[in-house]
Amino acid sequence: MDALGNIDNTLGEIAAASSLEALDALRVSLLGKSGAVTAALKSLGKLDPDERKARGAEVNQVKQRLQQAINARREALEQAALDQRLASEKVDVTLPGRHAERGGLHPVTRALERMAEIFARLGYERADGPEIEDDWHNFEALNFPPHHPARAMHDTFYFGDGRLLRTHTSPVQIRSMHGRQPPIRIIAPGKVYRSDSDQTHSPMFHQIEGLLVDETSSFADLKGTLATFVRAFFERDFEMRFRPSYFPFTEPSAEVDIRWETADGSERWLEVLGCGMVHPNVLSNCGIDPERYTGFAFGLGVERFAMLRYGVSDLRAFFENDLRFLKQFA
Amino acid sequence: MKFSENWLRELVDVPADRDTLVHRLTMAGLEVEEVVAMDDPLTGVVVARIVSTEPHPDADRLKVCRVDAGGDETIQIVCGAPNAREGLVAPLATVGAVLPGGMKIKPAKLRGVESFGMLCSAKELGVDADASGLMELPADAPLGTALADYLGLPDAAIELSLTPNRPDCLGLVGLAHDVAALFDSTVQPPPIGEASISIDTVRGVQLAAGADCPRYLGRVVEGIDPSAATPLWMAERLRRAGLRPHSAVVDITNYVMLELGQPLHAFDNAKLGGDIVVRPAASGETLQLLDGDNAKLDASFMVIADSARALAVAGVMGGEDSKVTNDTRDVFLESAHFAPAAIMGRARKLGLHTDASHRFERGVDPALPARALERATELLLSIAGGKAGPVTVAEREADLPLPQPVRLRRSRLKRVLGIEVADADVARMLTALGMHVDATDEGWQVTAPTSRFDISREEDLVEEVARIHGYDRIPTHAPGGQLDLRPQPEARIGRNALRAQAVSRDYYEAVCMAFVNADTLHTWGLSDATVALANPLSADLAVMRPSLLPGLVDALAHNRARQQPRVRLFELGRTFHAAAKAGAAPKEVERLAMVACGSAADEQWGEASRAVDFHDIKGDVMSLLAMAAPPEDWSFSADDLPQWLHPGRSACVMRNGEAAGYVGALHPRLADALDLGQDVYVAELDVASISVGTLPRAQVVGRFPSVRRDIALEMDQAVSYAAVADCIQATLGKRLKALRLFDLYAGKGLGEGRKSLAIGLILQDESRTLTDEDADLCVAEAIAALGRDGLARLRG
Repeated sequence: MDALGNIDNTLGEIAAASSLEALDALRVSLLGKSGAVTAALKSLGKLDPDERKARGAEVNQVKQRLQQAINARREALEQAALDQRLASEKVDVTLPGRHAERGGLHPVTRALERMAEIFARLGYERADGPEIEDDWHNFEALNFPPHHPARAMHDTFYFGDGRLLRTHTSPVQIRSMHGRQPPIRIIAPGKVYRSDSDQTHSPMFHQIEGLLVDETSSFADLKGTLATFVRAFFERDFEMRFRPSYFPFTEPSAEVDIRWETADGSERWLEVLGCGMVHPNVLSNCGIDPERYTGFAFGLGVERFAMLRYGVSDLRAFFENDLRFLKQFA
Repeated sequence: MKFSENWLRELVDVPADRDTLVHRLTMAGLEVEEVVAMDDPLTGVVVARIVSTEPHPDADRLKVCRVDAGGDETIQIVCGAPNAREGLVAPLATVGAVLPGGMKIKPAKLRGVESFGMLCSAKELGVDADASGLMELPADAPLGTALADYLGLPDAAIELSLTPNRPDCLGLVGLAHDVAALFDSTVQPPPIGEASISIDTVRGVQLAAGADCPRYLGRVVEGIDPSAATPLWMAERLRRAGLRPHSAVVDITNYVMLELGQPLHAFDNAKLGGDIVVRPAASGETLQLLDGDNAKLDASFMVIADSARALAVAGVMGGEDSKVTNDTRDVFLESAHFAPAAIMGRARKLGLHTDASHRFERGVDPALPARALERATELLLSIAGGKAGPVTVAEREADLPLPQPVRLRRSRLKRVLGIEVADADVARMLTALGMHVDATDEGWQVTAPTSRFDISREEDLVEEVARIHGYDRIPTHAPGGQLDLRPQPEARIGRNALRAQAVSRDYYEAVCMAFVNADTLHTWGLSDATVALANPLSADLAVMRPSLLPGLVDALAHNRARQQPRVRLFELGRTFHAAAKAGAAPKEVERLAMVACGSAADEQWGEASRAVDFHDIKGDVMSLLAMAAPPEDWSFSADDLPQWLHPGRSACVMRNGEAAGYVGALHPRLADALDLGQDVYVAELDVASISVGTLPRAQVVGRFPSVRRDIALEMDQAVSYAAVADCIQATLGKRLKALRLFDLYAGKGLGEGRKSLAIGLILQDESRTLTDEDADLCVAEAIAALGRDGLARLRG
C-alpha cells in the first residue's frame, strides 16, 4: 500500500492537513477500521511466522509514526484555532467597569466611628440617651445648680415645657450609671446643641462622652487613657498638656491641648477636649458610693478632631452636604 | 478679667518674665486668653500741648497747630483729628520717631503746609484701640516727657478667661494670692487705713432681704469737686483693664473693684431720701437703670431703695435717678455683700451682664466691704477732695457665709491623683493660697479664706493641690481595673452595617440640621405633632424635624443647584415627635432616609442611560431590608400613603404587616412647591424595624433535585405581582421552593389594559424526586387557583 510504501509522502499529507476535519478524514483513511494501516495489520495473519514478526514490527512502527504525526498536527491546528478565537475575543480592558459606583460616609461619621472603635478596643461599650433632655439630666444631676453661672457657658435651646436640647453628651453619664454599679466603661457618641452659630460654632455638633468608674481609677489613669487615645487616633505622638479647668461635674477638671503644627509651619496649643475626675456629687446622684468608687469622664468634640484629621478648615462645610465636599471622604 | 501686668507685679513679686507668668497662670487653670503687649519704646514720642490751631488754607478737615513739646520753640504740626484743639495735651511723635506699626516720622508737607511731626491717637501708639481722635492726656502732664515713661510703659494688658468657680481672681489682690502660691512669693496688698471722719452726716441702712443681703456698708462723702479728673495712672490701669475712664467717682469705684474684687456703687446723696432699705422688689415695680432701660421687676429681684423708691437693682446695676453726675458734690458709697444665689440669673433675666453681677453671682468675699469702702474713700478724698462721714454698718451676722473646715485625707489625695505629694508640699501650697491648714493623723484639716467660694469638700482641696503642684507633674498611667464585658446581640444590625450598605448602593452620607423651618414642614404636610424650640436661632432652625426627608431633599436641591444633576444622599438620624400625653417626653425615632435624582447609574458607556425610577430605589431599600429579614417578611403597599408621596409611585414598607417606612416619588405638587425640577425619589425607614435580625438556624439542604416550570400568565394591569405570587405560594405551599419573575410585558398581542408575567416555578419535594407528572400537576393547580381568584390565566 501507498501509505506504507511511501511514508514520507503520507507524513507530508498529514502535516499539510488544513483543518481538523481534513486531518480526521486522513486519520480514518489510515488508521480507521478500513484504513490502510489496519488492512496491513489484518493481512499479517496470512504470512508465515518469521515474516509475520518482521513485517508486524514494521507496520506497527509505521502506525506509531503516523499516529504521532496526526496528534502533533491536531495540537497545532487546535492551538491555531484557539489563538484565532482569543484574538477575536479581545476587549479594551481600560474601559470602565459597570456599576462601580460607590457612595461614602460623612467625615464626621468617619471620625466618630474611628474614635468609638479605639475606645471599644479599650473595653468601652456604647451608650445612648435622648437628644431632648430634661434639666435634671443635662444640668442638675451633673452638679449645675439652677441659675449657676456655669450654665451660662452652655447656650441652651429650650422647649416651652422646661425640656431642652442636650448641650453635651454628659447626661448619658447619668443615664448609664443609674441603676448600675461599677465597673463601668462607656462611651456615648451623639449630637449636641448650643444656640450659637458663626464660623467656629454650629448650633448642632457631635460629641463623644467617655466615662470610666471603678475602684482604682485616678487622674494618672485619665491622662494615660487620653494620651493613648490621641496617639491612636492621629497615628502619631503629640506633645499634650492638661490644663486645670472647671466643669461642675468633674473635679479635678482639665482641658487638654495638643501641640499642633499649623499650615504656615508655626506651632500652637490647640484645645481638643475637656475631662476630669467624676465629681462625688455626680456619683452620689447616680447611687454610686464615691468613697468606694472613683471615675473619670471626658468629652471630645468630633468635628474638631475631624477638622484636624482631614484638614477641614471651615466647620460649616460639615453641614452643607455638598457632594463635592462629601466625595473627598469616600 | 483683663488687667495691667505692671499692676499685678506691684501687688506680688513675680520672679519671672512675662512669658513664664502667662504660662504658669494658664497651667494653674487661670487661662490667659490674650496678651496685648505695649512694649514699644515709643522713642521720640513726647507729651505736648497744642498752643494754637488755625484752619488749613487748602483743606477743610486739616488744622495747622502750634505745639509746645517742652522745648524753646513751638513746633508746627498739621493735624486732621477732630479733637485737636487749643490747650489739648496729647502725644506728639517728633521727627525721627518710629511708631509701633513701623511708621517713621519725617518732616512732611500736607497740602502745601509743612508739618514737623505727628499728634497721635491711642491706637497709633498701640496703647489702646481708640482711634477716634488724639489721645487726650491730663492738662498737667509734664510737657516734653517721654510718653512711655509718663504712661508707665512697657506694660501688657493680660486677659484671663476665668472659670466660674474662681471669682476670687476677679480682683487683682485675689489673683496675686494664686500667683504668690505659684511662684512661692508673697502678696503686698495696698495699705488700707481708715479715713478720718470730718463730718457726722450718716444715712441709715435697713436690711430687709433676709440672708440675700447679710452685710451692707455705706458712707456719705460731702463736698467733692465734681470736676476733679481721674489721675493718669488710674485711667491707664482702667484702660488696660478694658474699662473706659469716665468720671473720678465712677473710675474710683471701678478701680477698687478691679483691685480688690468688690463691686461698689456711688449714689448722688442729694437724690436720696431717708434710710437705705435693702429689700425684695415688689411685683411689677419698675426702675429706670443707668443704661436707660426701664427694668420691670418682680419679687425674685432685690433692690436698694430709699424711703420712697427703688434706687438700684442689687448687685446688678444702679438707677438713672440717683446716679452720680457732673454736678454731684455729695456721694453715698455702697459696699455690700449679696449672696450669690440672690444674684444668679437676675442680670440675665433683665438682658444684662454687668461687672457687678458677674462678680456677685459667682461670689464676692464677704470680708471685703469694709476694706473696699475705706479704700474707695481714701482714693476719693485724695482725688476729688470732700469730707468723709462715719461708716454705717448693717449686718446679719448669722447669715454671713462662714467657711467650714474641710478634711483632706492623704489616702484620698493619692487615690484620686494617682501620685503621692509630700506632706510638707501640700501644707505649703494650701497655706500659700491663704488657707488655714492643721495637720491631722490622716492628713489635714483645712479652712479656706472667705474669698474662696469653691472650697467646700475634699475634692476641692484635691484639685487645689493638683493645680498648684502642676497637672504636668502627674504621670500618665494605663488604667487597670476590671472589665465588664456585656454580651451584644449578634442578630442586631449595627448602624455602621446599615450605613455601609447604603454606601455600597452609591449613596453619600449627609448630616442635616435636626431643626427645620416650620413653613417647610407645612409645605410637606408634616406639621402635626411637631416639637418647636422656644428660643430658636432663626426661623430656618425652629422646629425639630419630624422626618429626615425635608432636610435631605433640601441638601439634594443644594447640590442640584451646583452642577450636580445626579444626587444620591442618605442620612441616619433621629426624628422628633410630640408625645400624645401632655407633659410626657417627646418621642425620638431613629431613621434612615435616602434621596435620589438624576440618572439611575453614573454616566457610562455600556448601557442605555435612563432616569432613576421607583424600582431602583426600591431595590436599594430591599438591599437594606434583606439585612434584617428574608423577602417574605416584607411587603409593599400602595394604601395609606402620606400626602407628600406620589400616589401611584410610592409604597408603605411593612415588616410582617407592621409599618416600617416609605419609599417612592415625591408628590408632584410638593416637588413644584419646593422648586424641584425632576423626579425625586425618597425612602425613609425606621431603624428599629430594619436593625433587628434573627440568629441563623441551619436547615438540612434538600437531597432531591428541584424541577423548574416556566409559565406565562396574562392578567389585568391592575392585578399586582404580589397578588399573583401570593396566590401561587399559598396554593403550592412547601412544594414551591422559589418563584422567579423573569419577564413583564404589556402591549402588542395583549388587549388594552392587559399585561403578561413570565414566572419560573422552582419545585422541590423533601422526600422524593418530583416526576414530570408531579410538576405538571403543580402548574395546573397554580393556574386553576389563579383563575378561581380571578387574577390571571395562562397566556394563550
